[in-house]
Amino acid sequence: MTREEVYEELTEIFRDVFDDDSIEINDDTTSEDIEAWDSLEHVNLMLEVMETFEVEFNMGEVNDMKNVGDMVTMILNRMS
Amino acid sequence: MIKDLEYPFDGREIIKNKRKLKKALLESNENLLEKRIAVLGGSTTRNICLMMELFLLNNGIKPVFYESEYNQYYQEGLFPSQELVEFKPEIIYICTTNKNIEKYPGIADRAAEVEDILSNEYAKYESIWISLKEKFGCEIIQNNFEMPYYRVMGNMEASDIHGTINFLTRLNMKFYEYSQKTTGFHICDINFISADFGLRQWHKPYDYHMYKYAMNVAAIPDLAFNVANIIKSIYGKNKKGFVLDLDNTLWGGVVGDDGVEGIKIGPEESQGQAYSEFQTYLKKHKDMGLLLNIASKNDEENAIAGLKHPYSVLTSEDFLVIKANWNPKDDNIINIANEINILPESLVFVDDNPAERHLVKENIKNISAPEIDEVQNYIRTIDHNGYFEMTSLSEDDMKRNQMYKENVARDSLKNSFTDYGDYLKSLEMVGEFGAFDPMYISRIAQLTNKSNQFNLTTKRCSVEEIENISQDDRYITVSGKLIDRFGDNGIVTVVMGEQENDICHIRLWLMSCRVLKRDMEQATMDYLVKSCLARGVKELRGYYYPTAKNSMVKDFYEDMGFEMVSENDAGDKVYKLTIDESYEKKNHYIKVV
Repeated sequence: MTREEVYEELTEIFRDVFDDDSIEINDDTTSEDIEAWDSLEHVNLMLEVMETFEVEFNMGEVNDMKNVGDMVTMILNRMS
Repeated sequence: MIKDLEYPFDGREIIKNKRKLKKALLESNENLLEKRIAVLGGSTTRNICLMMELFLLNNGIKPVFYESEYNQYYQEGLFPSQELVEFKPEIIYICTTNKNIEKYPGIADRAAEVEDILSNEYAKYESIWISLKEKFGCEIIQNNFEMPYYRVMGNMEASDIHGTINFLTRLNMKFYEYSQKTTGFHICDINFISADFGLRQWHKPYDYHMYKYAMNVAAIPDLAFNVANIIKSIYGKNKKGFVLDLDNTLWGGVVGDDGVEGIKIGPEESQGQAYSEFQTYLKKHKDMGLLLNIASKNDEENAIAGLKHPYSVLTSEDFLVIKANWNPKDDNIINIANEINILPESLVFVDDNPAERHLVKENIKNISAPEIDEVQNYIRTIDHNGYFEMTSLSEDDMKRNQMYKENVARDSLKNSFTDYGDYLKSLEMVGEFGAFDPMYISRIAQLTNKSNQFNLTTKRCSVEEIENISQDDRYITVSGKLIDRFGDNGIVTVVMGEQENDICHIRLWLMSCRVLKRDMEQATMDYLVKSCLARGVKELRGYYYPTAKNSMVKDFYEDMGFEMVSENDAGDKVYKLTIDESYEKKNHYIKVV
């Protein structure tokens, strides 16, 4: 999977989980940018990400994640 | 009803689509019953509430939640916060898990020490239940404990007194003992739910350490579904019976084509065995007081012949109404519902043919038609839907089939009379009226939650509320039993009046539809008037609040001689009637004792 393909899938997940079809994400997107993205929804978002990409993150990595760019890098690292 | 929320559902999809689902549910449901539910958690509960909300909305209940702060179940249980007190919960759900066990036995502890640890752990919970019951008098739902995901001693964890599994099992048993002696206290069996989900998946240390969820987030829909089932059962939103297809549903093959000897049922081969198991499963429902009926595209004689198969577990006698004809199934279901006087939506339609299921679901709103596939899976698909979740089992429940049968006998007697009065006389009816008796409290509460049609105010009450009202001097309470030559109908009518000086406000008046047109409401009125006069009441006030289901009684108070005082935009009506010693009895056919 390329970075672009991951973004494509990830955008879908964001739109579903936050029920907002206008969401666009990029490397710099953080929870500040999406109103519904609070700590509760973060749980559901991460569940969906891990299940969809069939990856399991390490707890430390997730805690260090600063933005969507980090998330995509993490997904790609785990998949390879 | 949204199919995505019925078993088999995909928990992950539900979590992902919860906002869309909630929107759809709020748009499609009217007449939602609002309930205040406090969730006291031993771990994170946010997702549990969100999932419960979806499943409850799908059953016509709109929950309002109070959530305790993280892991505050014990503090809130013993010393409820001001916020919880003001919230006035109708249901409290104590969502604890084995993560909340404070102390397990140590490997070197002596038996007496192990007993102490067990008693201490149990005492913590019992003190919460007693405190909550005393402070709120509401229904309590308590999780039991799920089994752990590792076993230090291996298999001996189950049998040795130091074993975690042994300890949790004994603690669970103590919870059940409390439950058996306490009304309004329900166990949510997460021990089963976690095993059913798969213990390996249920426990997800990642979700616990990251988010403090005591179970895999993906398992939460399964848990919430079960809690919602308990709540819907408490409020009488259970299904009442089955309408079953025959060919390839109760037996393998087509009796009209294959003949009785050709259908598959019984121990001789694998498919037959599976159908027998399914019939046995249905028979257990009948024993529990649920109603079995048949809607089958067959000639009646073939249908009956099939049920006479020597290996058939169910016989014609087990069914209330058998419709074996070539009419559309939705028509047959409506007719069955009419004959036994229940709402079509309270039936579960079981048919192997997806086209029939589709037709029935399209034409009968809110009826359930589980998506069964192969016979070996029928039981699981139906059972996991929790249509008949039990929260109490009254004697009347177990006699219900008998009572409906007697009703069918009464109907055939009715047809032999030309004068309805003669028919009523021939029934030799005896009515027994009285104030709420402790013996009948659970049946009375059950009736307030189940009766929809002959129900003037549709006021729902828990066992606790009925108990309180029965001891409250301001209330004039009436419950009535009806007995006739065919049998005892049990408690069939309930009235609750609140006295204010010389006025009695009738807060609730309901009657079971199975005694409709028997003069029972007239006899009840006579009794109510007598009780009121004895307490110096001079005026009765009646209230009618329309719902989607109670139009049957829209003119009830007028028929009883009341005069309408007011009506608001919602159609709520207020009536009054002045009463004195000159009141003339309205009932002519029931002997009141």
